[in-house]
Amino acid sequence: MSVLEIIDLHVSVETDQGTKQILRGVNLTINEGEIHAIMGPNGSGKSTLAYTIAGHPKYHVESGSILLDGVEVLKMTVDARARAGLFLAMQYPVEIPGVTVTNFLRTAKTAIEGEAPPIRTWIKDVRQAMTSLRMDKAFAERNVNEGFSGGEKKRNEILQLELLKPKFAVLDETDSGLDVDALKIVSEGVNRAKVNTGLGLLLITHYTRILRYIHPDFVHVFVNGRIAEQGGPELADRLEDEGYDRFLVPSNVG
Amino acid sequence: MSAASALSKSAPTTVPESSTPAPESVLPAGQHGIKKHSDGRFGYVPVQTRSDRFKSVKVADFETVTGREAVWKHSPVAKFTDLTAGSLDGSRYQIESTPSADVSVEWVPRTDDRIGTAGLPEDRAAANAWGVFDDALAITVSGEEAKEITVTRSGLGTSARGAHTIIEAKPFSQATVILANTGDARLSENVEIILGESANLTVVSLQEWNDSAVHLANHFASIGRDARLKHVVVSLGGSIVRVNPSVRLAGPGSDALLLGLYFADAGQHLEQQVYVFHDAPKSRSRVNYKGALQGQDARTVWIGDVLIGNKAAGTDSYEQNRNLVLSEGTRADSIPNLEIETGDIVGAGHASATGRFDDEQLFYLQSRGISEAEARRLVVRGFLTEVVQQIGSPELEARLQLAIEAELIGTDDK
Repeated sequence: MSVLEIIDLHVSVETDQGTKQILRGVNLTINEGEIHAIMGPNGSGKSTLAYTIAGHPKYHVESGSILLDGVEVLKMTVDARARAGLFLAMQYPVEIPGVTVTNFLRTAKTAIEGEAPPIRTWIKDVRQAMTSLRMDKAFAERNVNEGFSGGEKKRNEILQLELLKPKFAVLDETDSGLDVDALKIVSEGVNRAKVNTGLGLLLITHYTRILRYIHPDFVHVFVNGRIAEQGGPELADRLEDEGYDRFLVPSNVG
Repeated sequence: MSAASALSKSAPTTVPESSTPAPESVLPAGQHGIKKHSDGRFGYVPVQTRSDRFKSVKVADFETVTGREAVWKHSPVAKFTDLTAGSLDGSRYQIESTPSADVSVEWVPRTDDRIGTAGLPEDRAAANAWGVFDDALAITVSGEEAKEITVTRSGLGTSARGAHTIIEAKPFSQATVILANTGDARLSENVEIILGESANLTVVSLQEWNDSAVHLANHFASIGRDARLKHVVVSLGGSIVRVNPSVRLAGPGSDALLLGLYFADAGQHLEQQVYVFHDAPKSRSRVNYKGALQGQDARTVWIGDVLIGNKAAGTDSYEQNRNLVLSEGTRADSIPNLEIETGDIVGAGHASATGRFDDEQLFYLQSRGISEAEARRLVVRGFLTEVVQQIGSPELEARLQLAIEAELIGTDDK
């Protein structure tokens, strides 16, 4: 069984005002088949955690470790992490000019599997996944994310999740900007991926509403760059009622 | 990203001060900061209608090139004064051509009737070349069956040359003519392309010169009734390559498809000034130029002029230019112009866009398992393939795909 371990992770970014410490000792273990929700107020470092796992060059790891089945992920290039079985569904997926969705998916699948997927089953898989996500066939021939609406971009992320079949996926605020219908469709896709591949999920969200459709096994409250409290699904219900106020340290105003 | 914002990111060019400064005496003495309006800082009024631009076959009729002229202001003119002001070698040169039935390739004297029928020089380098050539290379196509011929120039050498080429497609004939250019060159040339009634001609000008080559070309095409020209400019190799196609849709129902494909590496200047003149009713034109830029001081220029004349009722035209910027330090100019002298048209449009392939896009592709080199290839191939696929010569298309891959690998090493 696969396991993703984050151990005492400290991360900073360079800003115009100098180095800014964002993650201050994150510890988290996710087993295959588990769904972990990370919830927290804006600016608590949730997205930094997501991008650090994926290897975005903007984030500097000061200390700590991320292990995938005991292998250090931090030493891998971004593409090697994906090939090792990690996936990040981004909050703001970028447009890729000149590359169609079809071409992109096939290239990514080939890179991850190490060989081109058998053409007939692949086309069928893509079509089926698109139909399940209520994506029009025309999407396949459009350039990746070019002119996509917010909801279309999120569906395209989940389409990749379903087709690339990672061991662990981080969903960075996948629920943001989605209306309730789109949220249901996207959540169904995530649940389907979990049933089909048994992957582990790290669900990053500000709000509890996506947790109505994707049921977490564990909930972690993220405040000021580390996990402040953890528990089961009941913790999410409590946050729904109380908000994050009780976790926020009173700051010196003025 | 719009062309305008792409331009604002790049290094500004020095714009000369107005050549007619206001007399000091008319200005209130001593008032701080007052001076004559700069009139857009160019100090002259541009030619109003594209077809009225000055033309001559005599080099002396053109002023010495300064780099401020409309036709030269984007070009590094100081680097080819030998072609605009020097004396050129106009002798015959070595060519290789693939044999083809119904296509003749021969040298013809300056007195050949066809010379000057498709167009006349509008700049000094073109006029300089026009004045010196001993004989013109004439490629004459007849016969209704489709055929392909390649004429290769690879030994032009490093001394300044002037040349003239005629490509004539007889009425109802059909062919693809590929002009392949390799090796060294310092060349200014004029190419006349003449299509008889209902002819169907594809002309591909393929620039794969050595790194130091300078090539200034003006192509003039005249398209007869119901004839179709597909004109393709592919510029990959050379230091300075400037190919300016000028197409007159002269006969009713004539049709022009102008395609361009360019890939500028560090230090390369690739330029194309495209001019389409709708001068007959029911004529149709499409212009699609796509370019990629990668490396320090990679520079491309595209100017697209479309003039729909008052005789050209019922015409349909569209021009577009797209540039893909792959690194810092590049500059892409993209300038579409549209002039319409008749209200009775089916369509007229233009588009220009210059976009970057940036670190976030790279991160996105890599986060899906795709390596950096493969990510770049994917983007560039996807972008340029649209044009490659329209050329219509499978062998050439396959070759160009490989050439584009080679460009990417070449720049990876730098």
